[in-house]
Amino acid sequence: MIAFWIIAAVLIVSALWTVTARKPIYSVVSLLLNFAALATTYLILHAEFLAVMQIIVYSGAILMLFVFVIALLNSGIAAVVLGRDRVPVAPAAAAALAAVAFVATAIAAAHAPAIAPIATHSPLGAVGRGNVFGSIGDFGQALFLSRLLPFEITALILMVAVVGVVLLAGDLTPYVPTRRRAEQTRRALREAILREGK
Amino acid sequence: MATSFAGVPIFDYEALASILFFIGLTGAIARRNPLVMLMSIELMFNAANLAFIVFARAWLNNAGQIFAFLVITVAAAEAAIALAIVVVVFRSAPQVDVDEVRVLHG
Repeated sequence: MIAFWIIAAVLIVSALWTVTARKPIYSVVSLLLNFAALATTYLILHAEFLAVMQIIVYSGAILMLFVFVIALLNSGIAAVVLGRDRVPVAPAAAAALAAVAFVATAIAAAHAPAIAPIATHSPLGAVGRGNVFGSIGDFGQALFLSRLLPFEITALILMVAVVGVVLLAGDLTPYVPTRRRAEQTRRALREAILREGK
Repeated sequence: MATSFAGVPIFDYEALASILFFIGLTGAIARRNPLVMLMSIELMFNAANLAFIVFARAWLNNAGQIFAFLVITVAAAEAAIALAIVVVVFRSAPQVDVDEVRVLHG
């Protein structure tokens, strides 16, 4: 129980730091902390597979993507010019209203009488044991037997994302590495570094 | 339905999820750096995931965990595409403000 409150404090503080940090790279670091703490919460809630996925996919893949883009944008290819952060009145009011509605819904859901559970017939047991609720075997059975359609939709989403990213950011003209091109790239990089230095 | 687990009532988990969600929402609205806005959106995804997993645990039903898995996938796809858009925008116009990107307004 004390563990939960410690984790909750870490989650909230790191989320606040993510939102308020001046430099995006600090946001990435605090987001990493947030994701790790959230993975711990998932373990408390018997979601073993998702805890591992949280670490691998979020911390391993998504955050690395962020770090890569920050490095790319800061390396002289582009200068990010930003205005002051805004405090829009109408969206802030809407967000506050939505917060109240959300908390009310959460209270209602927490006090709702049990909707007839679509039980998966897996008992609750210690985290790490096989064939209990939320274990990897249990999750895999649910994913591949009773809920195969969402899994297949996931595959489709990922494929669309890959094609979209290549179309958006990919260089569609074939790249032929020549000595002249290499020299051009090197010169551009040196100029960018010099420009950044002064 | 279990109303508390590991000694913590379900409402506390939900309150935590909603707090995280609205920290993320505030960041997405108020910040102007596109990367921080995207990270705030990731925070919101994670808060939703936490709610899904809490309710999956409360009703001992796997559906919530499966949906959280789906959300993780969508978040990964969203991050990849959004960062590609950021790279494209900042490559074509070297100095740009988020509010100046109006190409998609139509």
